[in-house]
Amino acid sequence: MKIIERSNFGRLIELLKEAGYEVYGPRALDGGLVYDHIEKDSDLPEGYKDQQGKGLYRLEKSGDPYLFGFAVGSQSWKKFLHPAEQRLWKAKKTGNGFTLLDPEPEPRPRMAFIGVRACEISAMTIQQKVYEQAAALSGNPATPDAPPFIVAVNCTHPSNNCFCTSMDTGPRVRSGFDISLTEILEDHSHYFIGESGSERGADLLAQIPSRQATEAEISRGKAATDKAAQSISRSLDTHGLKELLYQNYNHPSWEAVADRCLSCGNCTMVCPTCFCSSVEDTIDVTGQYAERWNKWDSCFSIDFSYIHGGPVRNSVKSRYRQWMTHKLATWIDQFGTSGCVGCGRCITWCPVGIDITEEASTIRNSPKTQEP
Amino acid sequence: MIHNNLAGQGVVSDLMKPSLFRIESWKRESPDVFTMSFLPKDGMGGVGENPGFTFLPGQFNMIYIFGLGEVPISISGDPAPGLPLIHTTRSVGAVTQGMSLLRPGAEVGVRGPFGNHWPVERAWDKDLILVAGGIGLAPLRPVIYSVLNSRNKFGKVILLIGSKTPSEMVFRGELRDWDRSKLMEIHLTVDRGSKSWRGSLGVVTKFVPAISFEPENALAMICGPEVMMHFTIDALKKRGMQPEDIYVSMERNMKCAVGYYGHCQYGPHFICKNGPIFPYSEIEGIFREPEV
Amino acid sequence: MNAQPIESILADHPFFKEIPREHLARVALQATISRFDKGEVIFREGSDARNFYLVLKGRVIIETLLPHQGLVNIQTVEAGEMLGWSWLVPPFRYRFGARTVQPTELAIFNGKHLLEVFEKDPQLGYQFLRRVLVAITERLEQTRLQLLNIYDNPVK
Repeated sequence: MKIIERSNFGRLIELLKEAGYEVYGPRALDGGLVYDHIEKDSDLPEGYKDQQGKGLYRLEKSGDPYLFGFAVGSQSWKKFLHPAEQRLWKAKKTGNGFTLLDPEPEPRPRMAFIGVRACEISAMTIQQKVYEQAAALSGNPATPDAPPFIVAVNCTHPSNNCFCTSMDTGPRVRSGFDISLTEILEDHSHYFIGESGSERGADLLAQIPSRQATEAEISRGKAATDKAAQSISRSLDTHGLKELLYQNYNHPSWEAVADRCLSCGNCTMVCPTCFCSSVEDTIDVTGQYAERWNKWDSCFSIDFSYIHGGPVRNSVKSRYRQWMTHKLATWIDQFGTSGCVGCGRCITWCPVGIDITEEASTIRNSPKTQEP
Repeated sequence: MIHNNLAGQGVVSDLMKPSLFRIESWKRESPDVFTMSFLPKDGMGGVGENPGFTFLPGQFNMIYIFGLGEVPISISGDPAPGLPLIHTTRSVGAVTQGMSLLRPGAEVGVRGPFGNHWPVERAWDKDLILVAGGIGLAPLRPVIYSVLNSRNKFGKVILLIGSKTPSEMVFRGELRDWDRSKLMEIHLTVDRGSKSWRGSLGVVTKFVPAISFEPENALAMICGPEVMMHFTIDALKKRGMQPEDIYVSMERNMKCAVGYYGHCQYGPHFICKNGPIFPYSEIEGIFREPEV
Repeated sequence: MNAQPIESILADHPFFKEIPREHLARVALQATISRFDKGEVIFREGSDARNFYLVLKGRVIIETLLPHQGLVNIQTVEAGEMLGWSWLVPPFRYRFGARTVQPTELAIFNGKHLLEVFEKDPQLGYQFLRRVLVAITERLEQTRLQLLNIYDNPVK
């Protein structure tokens, strides 16, 4: 493991840019932490911390010069890997039908992400399974074109809404990164403990001015993430959760949560694993050109389940139940993992503060619960 | 390694691109149901090439009408190789209404075939009970063609059909031919008769107690409104059939047909790729659960 | 053609499935078998409800009179089903009419005689009425499903 002094951190960004990557990382913008384009280390949210609670988010000055002294960005990296809107094709009307137009070759950006959390790498891996299963139906392998360069930063500042320890996704990264960093700030020193997770990660790490980490520094890094893990108080008991939810489609708590839920879909938008999309077929005013777009959709919208005659999931209760049961139960049958990584965003951004961990616990502990 | 999963590029995007098919024939089945046959616009049909559309009974296509949109429609034709693609559908929305106005020569986009299929081969050497409600006969028609193409592989074949009125019964010509062929037993019933209707009045489940077959060596395939399937399953179970021998075709909102857009989820299943056909035993727990 | 004794004909009918032999024998004494041509009236709406019927072959239609529409068909009762239970319930009149739409063979039981038998043998009466109840339940289920109009085009 290597020690990179804070003063050399900017080199990482420069090297990524020199290697042809578009570099993205957290920025303090408009009162929130946003994953956005960054040019230099001063673009990072130095000295900021995020305060998160049920339906609560505040970005504040911490007084400490941490670059990554916060939990997670308000939105996830999903917006880069699974963009909210993508055109699938364009067609022109012909005499009797139409013809697909050759797509203009879109530049495929080589992206580098700085500051990715362990929970977020898990989320990327989960979303990727969805893509791979769909791609498998085509008989062609998913082309691992332009995989983003991932600079993970181990989480040392979990928020009140974090529960990655319950979902076994953090706070320390285990795989899926090119470089992992642990940010250490103590007394007069401020440095990063760096480790490579891939060949290209090792190549890049080797070019940053650094020195070998001492045993003491390594254990200090470990202690920082251990402390983070211990500070997480929110929990979700996943033991037998799938079976429990399958048995409780009619639990009275769904009615109770539906009384509060606005069906706004915020939770699905900020969730780093929610993948549901809609296909939109459009036509221009001349009637000559049609396009097909892939757009994020939400199981909270009433049209989501529409079949001729009306929506299958008419009530808010059934839509909340669909979302939570999918996330925590049916996802396991579909993709072999839970769909929740414990990042806490759905709790933070719910306008009425609905808490998925609390809802799961209500179903587990209520006297009305059907045992699996 | 984390990939760049841009659906706008690569294989998933390719799965979303329709191929052009030309309408070859158009036929009205009932006041709002029509059948069309299609051939691929280019490429296929050359000398030595198989000009038809290859699929398995019960599979569906996504049909795109220029500028209007795309809908899933089951394939209602004969699955034997080298035959045109045939769809039967009802005008129920903007796309199917637009489609109903198209005539031979017009071109549509086709993606597919998608989904799983009726377990026709599991029915070999068994009695086969086919139960259709309304337009539900369309996805079962390929099974009937499969049976007729190798009739001696099957035991008794019994087709039970329920419809709202005699004039809304689809494939009346075919039904007459199949009945005359004596290769299967056919029972029809309607909810509301007409002055000239001398057939049964009532719901399709009414035949189940009376038909003669071997419930312990039979397979049932049911397609129709959920409530009709529910009562039919009950009636078949009363006859002694097992849930794993009763197959149903489920319906949810299908957008992509490749399990990527998430709309057609039904409990743990994606109807588009794990279905649309399920042995009842696989969905028993959620089948009558409201709003799943 | 009815060389077969009535008792064994009745034993084959689903209505009497698994009924004790002695019960069947007692009921069979009350039964006659009749053939109807296509289009014959079995009973009229509003007439005295005298009989209980089992359809052995053919098809019977249940009908009622609607102003401006004449006789309207509601349901059919086919081989293997039972017909007519108004002799059991006041005011002992048929609520609907019944007419054959095919050549039809019926087993006919006089309701009054059946009731007399049941009075003497409540065990048999119980067995019999349970079967009538099952049949009525099935008919009600059918009617409810017909009411649901499940095949209707949802966007019409």
